[in-house]
Amino acid sequence: MTIETIATYAAAASLLIGAFFIIVGVIGLLKFNEPMTRLHAPTKVGTIGIGMLLIASMLVSFGQGEGSVHELLIVAFLFTTAPVSANFFAKVIIHRGNCGPLPTPPGDQAWSTLAKPKKD
Amino acid sequence: MTHAAGLLDIALSIALVTLALGQIMSMVRLMIGPTTGDRILALDTMVINALGLVVVLGIQQGVKVYFEVTLLIAMLGFVSTVALARFILRGDIIE
Repeated sequence: MTIETIATYAAAASLLIGAFFIIVGVIGLLKFNEPMTRLHAPTKVGTIGIGMLLIASMLVSFGQGEGSVHELLIVAFLFTTAPVSANFFAKVIIHRGNCGPLPTPPGDQAWSTLAKPKKD
Repeated sequence: MTHAAGLLDIALSIALVTLALGQIMSMVRLMIGPTTGDRILALDTMVINALGLVVVLGIQQGVKVYFEVTLLIAMLGFVSTVALARFILRGDIIE
């Protein structure tokens, strides 16, 4: 068994794992019944699902003897931007009143997204 | 065709079908809503699914150009998602 064969098998396995996570995330987006729980499911699509597809692409190019690591760039970009957009979704849900009241933070702390800016 | 190449072909077909199903299901969520946040979330998921479709197509055809396409779609999708969420939040994008 040569290294090319192993790379092809690994690429097929990563493709299947990525497809599984994508379908799980999208079913979660469709079937959950509250906005905040719906926000949680599709983050798997963005990180593990697409990450596995890009790893499969890298493995295929290594198996053909012309290795490329460009795909790591896209993975890094997706991993840095996914939390930012998820934070924006949560803010939209909170400020449009589509979720229950937030739990009170301990001590004299407060939710920064709900704080009124001081007039000066 | 060797056994490994046949398996890769089957996996590619499964991934393509899964991504297409994902597009359809997030489109259903985009239509039924019910809140604005859900609609933006469904749009973002559709952009990411389109990204995956381009990646799988690139593997299937063995073309390297699809890498740049993927990067561009990722950047455009992030920027448009943030702009849309910001517009819903503040009624303004750049204050």
